[in-house]
Amino acid sequence: MLDLINVSYDTQIPNNVGLSSDKRVLKALEKWHPGYINWWNDLIPDRFQQSLVYLRTAVSVDPKGWAKFDYVKMPEYRWGVLLAPQVEDRRIPCGEHAGQPAWQEVPGEYRNMLKRLIVIQGDTEPASVEQQRFLGSTAPSLYDLRNLFQVNVEEGRHLWAMVYLLHKYFGADGREEADDLLRRSSGSDEAPRMLGAFNEETPDWLSFFMFTYFTDRDGKMQLESLAQSGFDPLSRTCRFMLTEEAHHMFVGETGVGRVVERTCQAMKEAGIDDPYDIDRIRALGVIDLPTIQKKLNLHYTLSLDLFGQEVSTNAANAFNSGIKGRYMENRIDDDHRLSDATYQVRNIKGDQIVMEDVPALTAINMRLRDDYVRDAAGGVGRWNKIIEKAGVQFELKLPHEGFHRQIGIFSTVSVDPEGKIIPKEEWQAKAKDWLPNKADGDFIQSLMVPVTEPGKFAGWIAAPKVGIDNKPGDFEYVKLHMA
Amino acid sequence: MNQPLKQHLIDPEICIRCYTCEMTCPVQAIEHDDNNVVVDASKCNFCMDCIPVCPTGSIDEWRVVTDPYSVEEQFGWDELPAQADLPSGDDTGLEALDDAMAALLAEAHKGAGGKSRAPDSAAKPTINLYNLGKPAEAVVQGNYRLTSADSDGDVRHIILDFGGQPFPVLEGQSIGIIPPGTDADGKPHLPRLYSVSSPRDGERPNFNNLSLTVKREPMGVCSNYVCDLQKGDKVRVTGPFGSTFLLPSDPSAHLLMICTGTGSAPFRGFTMRRQREHAGLNGSMSLYFGARTPQDLPYFGPLKKVPDSFMQKVFAFSRQPGQPKHYVQDQLRAHAETIAALLQNPNGHIYVCGLKAMEHGVEAALSDIARGAGLDWAALRDQMRDGGRYHVETY
Repeated sequence: MLDLINVSYDTQIPNNVGLSSDKRVLKALEKWHPGYINWWNDLIPDRFQQSLVYLRTAVSVDPKGWAKFDYVKMPEYRWGVLLAPQVEDRRIPCGEHAGQPAWQEVPGEYRNMLKRLIVIQGDTEPASVEQQRFLGSTAPSLYDLRNLFQVNVEEGRHLWAMVYLLHKYFGADGREEADDLLRRSSGSDEAPRMLGAFNEETPDWLSFFMFTYFTDRDGKMQLESLAQSGFDPLSRTCRFMLTEEAHHMFVGETGVGRVVERTCQAMKEAGIDDPYDIDRIRALGVIDLPTIQKKLNLHYTLSLDLFGQEVSTNAANAFNSGIKGRYMENRIDDDHRLSDATYQVRNIKGDQIVMEDVPALTAINMRLRDDYVRDAAGGVGRWNKIIEKAGVQFELKLPHEGFHRQIGIFSTVSVDPEGKIIPKEEWQAKAKDWLPNKADGDFIQSLMVPVTEPGKFAGWIAAPKVGIDNKPGDFEYVKLHMA
Repeated sequence: MNQPLKQHLIDPEICIRCYTCEMTCPVQAIEHDDNNVVVDASKCNFCMDCIPVCPTGSIDEWRVVTDPYSVEEQFGWDELPAQADLPSGDDTGLEALDDAMAALLAEAHKGAGGKSRAPDSAAKPTINLYNLGKPAEAVVQGNYRLTSADSDGDVRHIILDFGGQPFPVLEGQSIGIIPPGTDADGKPHLPRLYSVSSPRDGERPNFNNLSLTVKREPMGVCSNYVCDLQKGDKVRVTGPFGSTFLLPSDPSAHLLMICTGTGSAPFRGFTMRRQREHAGLNGSMSLYFGARTPQDLPYFGPLKKVPDSFMQKVFAFSRQPGQPKHYVQDQLRAHAETIAALLQNPNGHIYVCGLKAMEHGVEAALSDIARGAGLDWAALRDQMRDGGRYHVETY
């Protein structure tokens, strides 16, 4: 009997998709495997490859089995192909085919669209590992180092998930696309990653936390939409990936929160009340709140660009064909076809930002972005609670959606963080107050010194409230290999 | 007065509102507003599906309450309320979720002299996956006699297969076996606890099976049932149970394992796990094993094949014809110097498992050895136990 819950280790690639009886795909994946291992080995320094890291690995895809913790060397991490269990009699949830049985094979008419979506999603996964490759050497604690590696191995596994779909369902051109996922590289001149935000560097740990909070949250929204796909294997793949993605949100939200907490604490200890007394605060070896706001502005706006054009026929087609749904499609109470519905979208009239009704079908991207903004606001609220609790007068804010945008209607105008359209020259003159500049980056970089003693943390970040897997504060999350 | 109950809560300061738990809960007991994600005490059935899926650790929170906190109350929280003092003095550490099993384990671990803790580097155990109302069904794959035919002790090695049902166990955990039939009052029998004697990846690696080491007791309802099982028989199983008597994952942990008879079961699991994971370890495991005779000692043959460099083995036989009686405590004393070194090693872990009767003698020996090294055993024991490095399981 094919066991679809427990992970099988009878091939080189752990999986719950019966790979051992699917020789064609197994062969293709085994051919791809060495390239993947090379890619991984080129990225992660040997010292870390040899270290024992306390990682979470799935032993099965049901809730009891997907989070087993133990020490493992990263190259021995069980990268594999894991799909959430098949839901019996699942139906296409949206679009013109809504209500018909979900596809178990690729519907011919949508083949290219589907492949494109999978490739774009797949391209982001290795990109973030590439972006984060230098962070290991400056981790503020073993706890954070472990979290970085957990994020890295799971992004690696997500690449596997997408590559499996390409190999299994898209034949020769699927294999070619899978090879290209390893050929492209973040920030490369010849073959960059497909999306802008994934070619930016992650130069320091505050950027990493902002990235996992804001950019991985875009990933979560995209996965949520693809989990609603009428193409069942894609839906099942993304549903399982979401359970892992939640950990990345966690690293981001608590990471920024701990930086904020430490700053407030240091200010109080030194008797500094004014959060804008930047030089004195920086002299304490912590990152001042206005600079944290600038980092937030940058990462939030880069992430908003990932949602594409506000009004988009591509998005309409993907929804209408049942390839991609909306966030929590199954919990939305409407006809799931959007035949006559409208949706409010921002537009620019003269020098004003106005709300306009457009056919909801074309506003799928906008709707997902609105869901994202609501979701992202939650953590900012928690960070502000930390500031408030410390008695500091400061509030972190999400800037207006039109601020600092490269894609969509706002890319043609200059909008300040409050949402006012201003002349381009004025915007450029003030940009240094809104976005991190070189001096800010240099200062943050100066704080990035590794701390490798168990239970100790760099001076610019507070200890977490709870350990991973409920471990005590001085737990040795990474046993560093000393060569 | 209402019976106090354990209420499942989520720590709002730690939770990041990813709603993974809410999506996972099979009975829709978890809901959220703009502020918090909360568990409805009237719906939660303790299936624990939500615990491993949480990325933050905020969800593994429990309070013993007489009146459960309402959903609305929880929505308003900025932080978790402290555990209120209850007259019963019940603690909130969980080795099992049903009271009968929790009581059995509490009794078994009493010899540690206080609340047991898991080793810091132990993997996270799953508990109560199956219970009396919803047991797993295992199939007997084999039942082998471990003691020699001329011994009057009948100890058996029993292999159970769980087929497609997930049954994740860690070395040192126990499972419950439900004997068929009813007791004198006509009520169904409660499960009896047995330590698992195989490692986490199965008696045979990557097979969903495990082994038990069971001694036939005269008049024992369950032990006779288990010892008489035939290949192919179906058995109703609850558990897994136990969250403290566990193996450290850290390969540098040095283990001192002291047992008698079937108390060797968890140590067989420990040893096999370490052999599979870290076969190259040298001198970091010691086993002190007591039995009446070599013929009575379970796994005597296989044990002799474990290289001495991997594990030091010290046997104590109390009924060898023509020889003085030796008990494990005598052997501990005979090796006082190495034991004393282990007591002072911050990576040293002590495990005691077997009949209740051994507890006193072992404790006295350890106490003497400690005193000989200028250490205060009571303080050291408490310190080791609180650090997850001293474990007792006796029955």
